[in-house]
Formats: sequence, C-alpha cells, structure tokens
Amino acid sequence: MTKKQSKPKIAFFDFASCEGCQLQIANLEETIIEVADVVEVVEFREVMTEKAERYDIAFIEGSISRPIDEKRLKNIRKKTKILVALGTCAHLGGVQRLGNQWSIKENLKEVYPTAKPADMKNNEFFEKPRHKAVDEVVSVDYVIPGCPIDRTEFIRVVVALLHGNKPPIPDYPVCVECKKKENVCLFTIGKFCMGPIARAGCGAICPSHGNECEACRGYISHPHKEAQIDVLEKYGLSAKEIMDRKTMYTYRYVENEKQEEEA
Amino acid sequence: MSTSKEISIIVEHVTRVEGHGNIVLNAKNGEIKKIQWQISEAPRFFESFVRNRPYYELSHITSRICGICSIGHALASLKATENALKIPISSQTEHLRKLPLHGENMQSHILHVGYLVAPDLYRVGSVFPLISSAPETVKKIVSLHRLANEMSDLICGRTTHPITLVPGGFSAIPSKNKLNKLKTRLEKSLPVCSEVANVILDNVDKLPDFSRETEYIALTDKTEYALYDGKIGSTDTGTHSVEDYESIVNEFIVPQSTAKYCKHRRESYMVGALARFNLNASLLHPKAKALAKKFKLSPINYNPFMNNIAQIVEYVHSVEDSIHLIDMMVDNGLNREDKPLKIHLSAGRGIGAVEVPRGILFHDYTYDNNGLCTKANCVIPTNQNHNNIQKDMEAFTPQLLEKPKDEIKLNLEMLVRAYDPCISCSTHYLDVRFIDE
Repeated sequence: MTKKQSKPKIAFFDFASCEGCQLQIANLEETIIEVADVVEVVEFREVMTEKAERYDIAFIEGSISRPIDEKRLKNIRKKTKILVALGTCAHLGGVQRLGNQWSIKENLKEVYPTAKPADMKNNEFFEKPRHKAVDEVVSVDYVIPGCPIDRTEFIRVVVALLHGNKPPIPDYPVCVECKKKENVCLFTIGKFCMGPIARAGCGAICPSHGNECEACRGYISHPHKEAQIDVLEKYGLSAKEIMDRKTMYTYRYVENEKQEEEA
Repeated sequence: MSTSKEISIIVEHVTRVEGHGNIVLNAKNGEIKKIQWQISEAPRFFESFVRNRPYYELSHITSRICGICSIGHALASLKATENALKIPISSQTEHLRKLPLHGENMQSHILHVGYLVAPDLYRVGSVFPLISSAPETVKKIVSLHRLANEMSDLICGRTTHPITLVPGGFSAIPSKNKLNKLKTRLEKSLPVCSEVANVILDNVDKLPDFSRETEYIALTDKTEYALYDGKIGSTDTGTHSVEDYESIVNEFIVPQSTAKYCKHRRESYMVGALARFNLNASLLHPKAKALAKKFKLSPINYNPFMNNIAQIVEYVHSVEDSIHLIDMMVDNGLNREDKPLKIHLSAGRGIGAVEVPRGILFHDYTYDNNGLCTKANCVIPTNQNHNNIQKDMEAFTPQLLEKPKDEIKLNLEMLVRAYDPCISCSTHYLDVRFIDE
C-alpha cells in the first residue's frame, strides 16, 4: 500500500446549521495544511467537489429536521467507521430547536404568511421540520460541543481519534475555567451567567469577554448535584433558576423534561 | 452538429458554496427546455422562534443565521434593536464596530476567491491540490485569511458568532497597544495583497466573458464607501431611505424554486461586492482604486464573474480603511465604556441595514413594552441574488450549448459561485418544494 492510500479518510457533512463549525476548520489556517498531510479529506462539499463511498471519520454539523435529512444521515452512518457530532446543532439541536415550541403550521404562518397550502402539500422539504440532535437519529461515537466549536479542541479530538483514543469531554462547570482565568464573576457586576451549570471546555470564552455564558455546550451531566455550589449560594440561585432563565441552546433539556413528565 | 444533441445536467448540491443548491439544465437540439437554480436547504424558522425572546438575546440568536457573516448579522441585529429601543451609541462604538465588519468582509472574500474560486481557474476540484502545486500562493492566501480572522478575534472575542458586540456598545474593548499591533500587520499585508492579486490577474482571462444588464442595489453614503451605514442606493432609481426597504426588496415566491425571491424595478437585481463597487467606486481608498484599474474594472460593470474581482478590490479597501479607523481611534483615545446600560424599555419597531460580504442585509424587529420581540423579518443578500442568478443562467446558457457537457456544467457552477451564495442564510426561514415535471 502506498502512503497516500493508507491515510485515514475524513468527511464533513452539513445539515440545518449556519455552517460556522465547518468554517472553524478553514479557520485553522496553516494547521489545515498540516492536517491535509496526515489525513485524506474525501468529502467536504463546502470546499471541494469530490465525493467518496467510505469514510473512517464522518463529522456531522447541523440539526436533523426532516425525514429526507434522517435518511441522508442514516446513509452516512452506514458508510463511516466513526461518527462525530460537530457543534451545538448536532449535539443539542441548535438555536433552531427553539422553533419546536410552536407547531409546524404556526412556524410556517409566522415566517411565510402568504404561502399557499398547495405549495406545502406532499412536500418532502416541508415534512415535519422539527429540529433534533444527531444522536436522536443515529448512534454517535463522539461529540465536539460548542457554538461554534473551538478549533483547538477539534484538532485535539481528531488527533486522539486517529490514535484510537476518545478524549474525555470536560464534565465540570464553566465557572472552573472562568475562575482559573481570574475573571470578575459576572454576578458581582449585576449580570447573569449560566456558568455554574454549563459544560466547560470553551475556556470560559464568553465571560472572559464580559458576556454571560449561554451554555452552548449544554449542561454538565448532573447540574443539580454538581453545579458550582459556592457561586449559586453566594447569589442565592438554584440550578433550576438558571435553567429557566435562558434556553437559547438548551431547549433539548426542556423537551426531555416534558417527555419525562408525560411518561 | 453538436446542437442536435440532448443535454441533461443535474448538479445536486453545488460544491464550494455555502449551503445546498442545485442546477438543472435540459436542452434538446440547441433549445433550452429548462434551466433552473434550485435550493434544497433545511428551513430553520428564525423569524418564528425569536418571538418572545428578550432584546439582549436577539443579536446572539440571529448571528447564528450564518457562520460566515455572523458579525454582519449581529450588527444589523443590534442596529435594529437600538433603533427600536432608542439606544444611543458613541462614535467610538461606531468606529470599533466597523473594524470587525471589515475583518469579516476580508475573511469571507479571501475564503471565496482564494479557497473556492481559485480551484476553477486551475481546473481542480478543491484548494487541496493547490497546496502542493502552488504552495507559496496558498500560503499567502492563508496569511490574508488569518489576518482577517485575527482582526475579528481581537475586537469581537472570536471571529464566528461575536461575543463582545452588545446593544449600546461593547462588553469588552481591545487595548490601544493591540490595535497598534494590528495596524502594523495590516500595513504589512498590503504588498501580500498585491502579490495574490497578481496571481489572479494572470488567470483573469479564465473567468467567462459574459454580461447582462441588471440593477445593482447597495448601501450608499456621500462620505465613505458604505458598509456599516448609509441609504439604500440603486443604479436605476437613486437613493431611498432604509425604512422603505420592503418596497425595494419586494420579496415573492416562485413555484420552481425555494427561498423567497426579490425584485425591484427590473425582473431581478444584484447585491454584493460588484453592486457596491458599481454604486460607490469613487469612494474607495487609493490602493483599492488602483487595483480596480489594473483589473480594468470600472462602474458600471455588468459581468457577474467580476464580482470575484470586486471582492479582491474590497479586501484592499478594507485593509486601508481599517488602518485609517485605528489611527482615528488611537488619536482620540479609547474609553472603556463598559458600564451596564440603563435602557428604558418601551414598545417600538426598528430596522437595521448593513453591507455584509454578499450584499445588503436588513433586520427588522418589533418589541413590546418588556423588550420582548414580537415580530422579526430578516432579508438576506443571497435571497436578493437568487433571481438574478436565475436570470443570468437563462442568458448565459445559450452561449454554452456548443461546449462539452463538463464545460457547460463547470461554467454554470462558476456562475453560481461568482455570487458567493450563502444558502444557509437565504433559507434561514423557508423551503419550498420543486415541482418535478
């Protein structure tokens, strides 16, 4: 086998998303040239024309909404050894999951008031546009959370996966990283923050720039038990209060809770 | 003769563009039966789900319409919110906001010309083969891309989905020292820009020679090459107030395609770098002007493929203007301005218009007395271009029919790519079925 043939085959696929996570790959700048040296990028529609039949690693960006998208995703799953959910849309369903609060009909009416019912009837592009995470449709081997993903985390994960390892995803609150950076706690200056229950790994990038954490990486595994207790106590907050205040990226948990209540 | 052949081309999910679009061509005996530009992106319904969200979340949510122009979306969103809630901003904030807008334009333009269009000029499928065949040029392109991104990183905290841009100003601002360092790097990039431009100039004859008269629409301003603010300008009808945007864009639906289409006076119009150039070329900075001359680009140019060249010209203009902005801010002294804003909430509607890489972008919000959004409308540049792409295809295809099928396909794809379409943006709300014949 020549060296070229033995390179692992990597592919990128996008579903409902802003494609900002793929953009982070382009934003690796010179590093992407090094990456291209050790792997073979076989499919990446946003930047290349070629297509392939088999992949070692498939990265999935975007939420999964319609039956045609589910079909496409299941087909990718069949063709890849490892499947990675890339970014918040693939991990949790993205901001667009907020649209699930309304019926499909209500969404269509709000966004497109003059649409004729005939245009939507028997229309696979319009069929059940409910946004879901990738792992609600197929099995997922690894998740790189974040809106957008962190470029350096992406490289770390790719290197680990290529060596047959699965690097652990941080499972502690953003507060831990924020304190390490010696940032002023946003609660002390009267701002709100989801840091005490949000999953770290971003380097507390938003609070470090004076903006609240919005939990784009989701909650830690046990937010009620393992939240940043000292911060919650100091400002008289509960994990639940933080969850209720902001749901931009976390509507998946709201849906889960509703389902549990119904069951 | 070759015109007696039957040509059937379906390009599903055109590559090297942002989002999912298709090209369908059917021709027989030299007669075109069908030529269509179609969109198949999944709908996300932003305008629906921003309802009931508080004003301070809006720019963070709507920046997620598009990863490539997230800064432009955030700024259009903030301008709409600030207009609706009557939140004032300082001149420092305006200057500082213009920097990442330049950064994003530079990033998007160099990504498009360098990574997505250049492979067509070399007849390869992606930028990857160019890494080994033209390593020096690729490295220069990468360095210009890096500069653009680091500029946005510095001002916004990160280049995609900006953190520091908030209603009323900034949650954090860069130090004077860092701005000066950025200025030095911008100055050093100008010769690199020229070198990359020369490589493109050597290959510019590979861009198809095709022109079709159309209307061009962009923000316009008397004092500067408008990007952050201005009035709506048209090559056909002069200037209009931003508040009248709905009567300019006239969104409508056509059964054979997906996203909403737009038209103004003619059957279609174009937005983006070429439209801005056609309306505002006299206000470009000197080096950008000189570069346009080198490419023989002068207003009004009706060749959509020259949009690629207008993007290179704009990259240089943005570098020059950023240097000018930094000088001005450093001279004036930077104020921290990071006190939490006291906003008096009252119901209202506001419109924000900004030029983003692909053209003029509108956000239009209505808020209730509690600062919750009750109604939103976002009109995206690529939506405004879909109709023009379709009309260009109809006019361009007859010129191509004598060519081999692969060449026809390549030329049509190059036409779509010239517009640098951003389909995620354009279908942030809607998708309609194509009716199969």
